[in-house]
Amino acid sequence: MLSKAASLGGEVAGVIVGSGVESLAPEAGKYGAATVYVADDRRLEAPLPQPRVDAIAQLVEEKEIETVLFAQSILAADVASALAARLEAGLNWQLTDISSDGGDVTGKQSALGDSVVVDVGWRSTPRIGLFRAGAFDPTEQAAAGSVETFEPQLREHSLAAEMVEQAHAEESGPSIEDANVIVAGGRGLGAPEKFALVEGLAKALGGAVAATRAVVDAGWYPYSAQVGQTGKSVSPTLYIACGISGAIQHKVGMQSSKTIVAINKDPNAPIFEFADLGVVGDLHSIVPKLTELVRARRA
Amino acid sequence: MKIAVCVKEVPDATAPKRIDAGTKRLDRSGEGALNAFDANAVEEALRLKDATGEGEVVVVSMGPERALNSLRKALAMGADRALLVADAAAAGSDLVATSLTLAKALEREQPDLVLFGQQSSDSDGAVLWAAVAERLGRPVISQVAELTLDGSSLTGKRQTEFGYDVIRAPLPAVVAVADSINEPRYPSLKGIMGAKSKPQETLSLADLGVDPESAGEQGSKTEVRSLNDPPPRGDTRKIEDDGSAAEQIVEFLAEKRLI
Repeated sequence: MLSKAASLGGEVAGVIVGSGVESLAPEAGKYGAATVYVADDRRLEAPLPQPRVDAIAQLVEEKEIETVLFAQSILAADVASALAARLEAGLNWQLTDISSDGGDVTGKQSALGDSVVVDVGWRSTPRIGLFRAGAFDPTEQAAAGSVETFEPQLREHSLAAEMVEQAHAEESGPSIEDANVIVAGGRGLGAPEKFALVEGLAKALGGAVAATRAVVDAGWYPYSAQVGQTGKSVSPTLYIACGISGAIQHKVGMQSSKTIVAINKDPNAPIFEFADLGVVGDLHSIVPKLTELVRARRA
Repeated sequence: MKIAVCVKEVPDATAPKRIDAGTKRLDRSGEGALNAFDANAVEEALRLKDATGEGEVVVVSMGPERALNSLRKALAMGADRALLVADAAAAGSDLVATSLTLAKALEREQPDLVLFGQQSSDSDGAVLWAAVAERLGRPVISQVAELTLDGSSLTGKRQTEFGYDVIRAPLPAVVAVADSINEPRYPSLKGIMGAKSKPQETLSLADLGVDPESAGEQGSKTEVRSLNDPPPRGDTRKIEDDGSAAEQIVEFLAEKRLI
């Protein structure tokens, strides 16, 4: 996000809002932030959107920031939306790219199940943009990265909601947002324990495991791994879909992957229309063999 | 307990969706339907009403007058009445303009709880509740997979990318429910018959005291500039497994320097 912002020209600042987060500031500097603004406040510890809106709105107004960009997450979407209402600012979402032509900023938005790319604009500043996960690759660029802390003034209604409990799903290996390789499983696996096949292949490739909505709803795999319209959008270098039909619900979350390999026994599955390599066959025999071959190659 | 459920009419899921090149807006001329994700919010409202034994469920929407047809599905499910903000000057509203008008309609209703579905199926939007909560000055919890009311507050279990959060907030509050929260009921024949006679009110921007300059396209801060085809994917190749599929996949990955 910082690297992309730097490409728009002008001065780029990173904003870090949370509790015990000041140590993250130098990291932001590495990717092109000339200044890193930090609000380090115990009341910002829980991942709740509204106190963050107060902090960011205050900064945008004080520093006359023209463009505010977020990487998509459930939390970021809520922050961006409330920030738009607070500042009477335009919010464009599902962005995959942004560019500036002499200060005229245009975003690329993927719409209608990725069947249309819409060029979107903002009629006033500040402009707010919400980007799909993995829309760009970070590039390190030397920047001074001076750190400036600020004291957020939090509003009463923003502090009304309180976190009672937080539970993190057990995760092994990289998270699907960060992974270069994702191996995903769908209904075609046949049974929840067959996810072991997917996990084995993911492990051999050093990748993460994803799941379709159907299998998450059936309780085979946790929601945190769900890719699609009601889950995460990912764009890894390689996406291997095992037993996934490729319904639009799933497609919109993964079709921007650079290379897609699909294994499915149904030759008419829609996934074959957009997979770079489609294999019609039984994943229960192909995946274990593939895992072995990948392991042998990487050994 | 008064619950407002914010819903939207979207193009029927079975019809192919397209954006009108002239207006640069979604073509809404075909059959409309209640946004499927909103049915989860209506269902949750009805369950909460049943659990407390009293109260009212109001569906609130913005859209053309004919959107009342879609709101009637919520009434057939059991909602008590419908309120539609229908005004030509509100067409083409973006997030800022929509949230302003919707917040005005909600202020008029003064509900204890405002519910949203998790996204709209037409614009893939999943943001409106936070902007509305901000305008109302109320706490908001999104992606709620379990919701319980306890007197003057509510507790929501929110699905996150990492697991779940349990969040408590005082009423009045705004909640967006995940579609995993419940299985929406099918309207009964009696419900469908009864829906037509339930109160259905249509309001203009003037009725809500919304300045037309802050609504519709004039009140919007974003714009659509042009529509383009997505970049084509490269060639797709399809093979049948003859026993060597695993080898062929490895070969393909090696060719692409992926392993």
